[in-house]
Amino acid sequence: MYFDLTDEQQAIKSTAHDFLASRFKSERIREIAASEDGSDAAGWREMAELGWTGLAVPEEWGGQGLGIVELAILFEEMGYALATSPLFSNTIAGLALTLCGSDDQRERYLRPLAAGERRGTPALWDAGSTATPGAFAMEAQADGADTILSGEKILVPDAASADFFLVATSDGHRHLVDRAAAGVSVRAEESIDATRRLSTVSFDGVRVAAGDTLPASGSEYEHVFDRLCVALAAESTGIAQRTLDMAVEYAKDRQQFGRPIGAYQAVSHRCAQMLLETENVRSLVYGAAWAADAEPESLPRAASMAKAYASDAGWRVPNASIQVHGGIGFTWEHDLHFFLKRGRANAAMFGDARWHRERVAASVFAGARAPASS
Amino acid sequence: MDLTLSPSEGGFRDEVRTWLLANNPGPEPEGGLDEVMAFRREWQLKLHAAGWAGISWPKEYGGRGATMIEQAIFVGEAARQEAPSPANVLGLAMGGPVVIAHGTDAQKQRYLEPILTGEEIWCQGFSEPESGSDLASLKTRAVKDGDEWVVSGQKVWTTFAQYAKWCMLLARTDPDVPRHQGLTYFLMDMEQEGVEAKPLVQITGEGEFNEVFMDEARIPEENVVGGVGNGWGVAITTLMNERAGLAFGAIAQIQNSLSRLARLAAEVRVEGGSSAAEDAYFRQRIAQLNIEAEAMRLAAYRGLTKTMQSGIPGPEGSLGKWQWSDISQGLNELALEIEGAYAPLSRGAAQAIDNGAWQYGFLRSRANSIEGGTTDILKNIIAERVLGLPRLR
Repeated sequence: MYFDLTDEQQAIKSTAHDFLASRFKSERIREIAASEDGSDAAGWREMAELGWTGLAVPEEWGGQGLGIVELAILFEEMGYALATSPLFSNTIAGLALTLCGSDDQRERYLRPLAAGERRGTPALWDAGSTATPGAFAMEAQADGADTILSGEKILVPDAASADFFLVATSDGHRHLVDRAAAGVSVRAEESIDATRRLSTVSFDGVRVAAGDTLPASGSEYEHVFDRLCVALAAESTGIAQRTLDMAVEYAKDRQQFGRPIGAYQAVSHRCAQMLLETENVRSLVYGAAWAADAEPESLPRAASMAKAYASDAGWRVPNASIQVHGGIGFTWEHDLHFFLKRGRANAAMFGDARWHRERVAASVFAGARAPASS
Repeated sequence: MDLTLSPSEGGFRDEVRTWLLANNPGPEPEGGLDEVMAFRREWQLKLHAAGWAGISWPKEYGGRGATMIEQAIFVGEAARQEAPSPANVLGLAMGGPVVIAHGTDAQKQRYLEPILTGEEIWCQGFSEPESGSDLASLKTRAVKDGDEWVVSGQKVWTTFAQYAKWCMLLARTDPDVPRHQGLTYFLMDMEQEGVEAKPLVQITGEGEFNEVFMDEARIPEENVVGGVGNGWGVAITTLMNERAGLAFGAIAQIQNSLSRLARLAAEVRVEGGSSAAEDAYFRQRIAQLNIEAEAMRLAAYRGLTKTMQSGIPGPEGSLGKWQWSDISQGLNELALEIEGAYAPLSRGAAQAIDNGAWQYGFLRSRANSIEGGTTDILKNIIAERVLGLPRLR
């Protein structure tokens, strides 16, 4: 029993922390957020050089072959820095190819993805649908050995700068489609979170060769889903930690009625609540990340616990931080709103708190057992 | 990072599990506290005979010399199997560790064995009517008279004082120095003239807690622990031991209660004829409690890893105690909500659900956010000692 980061994991954390702090200063985040496609080519190259694009990709496909614990460490720091980067969507594509792709697909797509040369993103939810996990409406129309895709996928992250999509269809399959393929068009949408772009991608009779449909189907993608939920929850953990740090620093510094406001219990108890939520989500995230690597049978419940809690804490803690800051926290000039917005957008992605709580409830009433270490 | 038990820890758990399965005497007798205490004394003798009393105490003092993780495994397993509490909880969790850490050789010789057997029950005399959260303001006075101290004052919330032989007493020995420096930690014999314990009736109707009145009670000078004027430091050690020692048992009890809550939900009908377990609102609430309980359990293991490296429990333990009280209250509140119109019916009522267990739980858990440090004070501790925010005082 040892529930802490090892020295190697601590080194990954501090490397990520230092690099991201120098790369994503406030001015740079604002520049990227205001840019045409919201991407940062120079930052991406550096992340690729650090091996982050293939962090959890097996070594045989050019990745680092690290686990979900290491992935969680990285994404906690990505959240802390509010890194404006397609690394998360690219990581989902990498997990899908690693866990559900064929060797030929891994050679053509995963190897360049791990090297940072080609970027992928999932295109899952259909226009007009509830956009909840696992419910996909687009039909895979057979045309000989090929598949024809028609329809609109919404809420596609980082679509404008992606090289390929993993498109979900109602038969439970995913299809590899290049952004440049005939019939594909990307329309950027307005989102509260300018630091992670969401787009609608239209597929107008797009032809997919048989070799570009992933062999896995249906529930096999839950392995991908649970792991990406852990990474996303880790990102929200970093968001919570950063905005807590900002609140504490401000509460020590800001004077009213002749004292730092942090001396007043109305403020200090709010900060204590923020700490409780931040530490809780961190415990759940690393518990789930460990389960992904070491005890996969308990991962679905652990991942949903982490994502449910992160969905709430990821915006409530920034929200509380805004309250501690008072008026200045409500201004565009202050960075807090970017954290609030990312946290709230994360809460809605890949199953919101309600959806994941229902998944936990199903496991509670099924009498699912707690991890063996309990 | 490794959340599994090592082979030796796993072996320890199996040993504990097997022993408890064979020896757990089952539920405590119904009726009065006297019957319950007699039952617990018998259980503690059995624990002691098998070497399970004082498991974290060093072997040279009659303990098992177990690691912190093994202690956590033991209390967790005992709670999971719903084994009774030993009679002398405060002696085992606080009194013994304090004597071992701060006591003289003669004190260790005198006090430790009867704590382990449960022959002598211990209680804790810290809080006073006018000194609750602000413990260092306490007024109970001890004055030197020859080779004895003469004590007068009043203590309150003293658990099981009516059964106790020894009281861990914090009293003011010097009113003229800064208040934290004027306190001394005594072991006071409860069986003497000048000491009177009166049970306080709680909102549950029971009397676990007492008021203790001291009117010129006598304490020989060799019963000072840790030196005159050092009482505050000695008391803090006790409180940290209390929290660290009890955490894993409390967590396992919460897990038991959550299992019972799920069974309750499956049995109780809501409008329309389906069970509360099929009701979306109750499913959300139950899931949230399970999530928070899991976060608490994992945080306790993170804390334990940290404590095993640094040697002392940190102020982060306050987060766990705060959260434990929230979850404990929350799950009892939810149980009454599930019971709906039946919620007022308590033990003895023909239509009471689970014979009123949740009504008792609802009432008893009101104390959870008060006993052992109020949630409000814990937030202060967290703000000041973990977050480094300035003090108001």
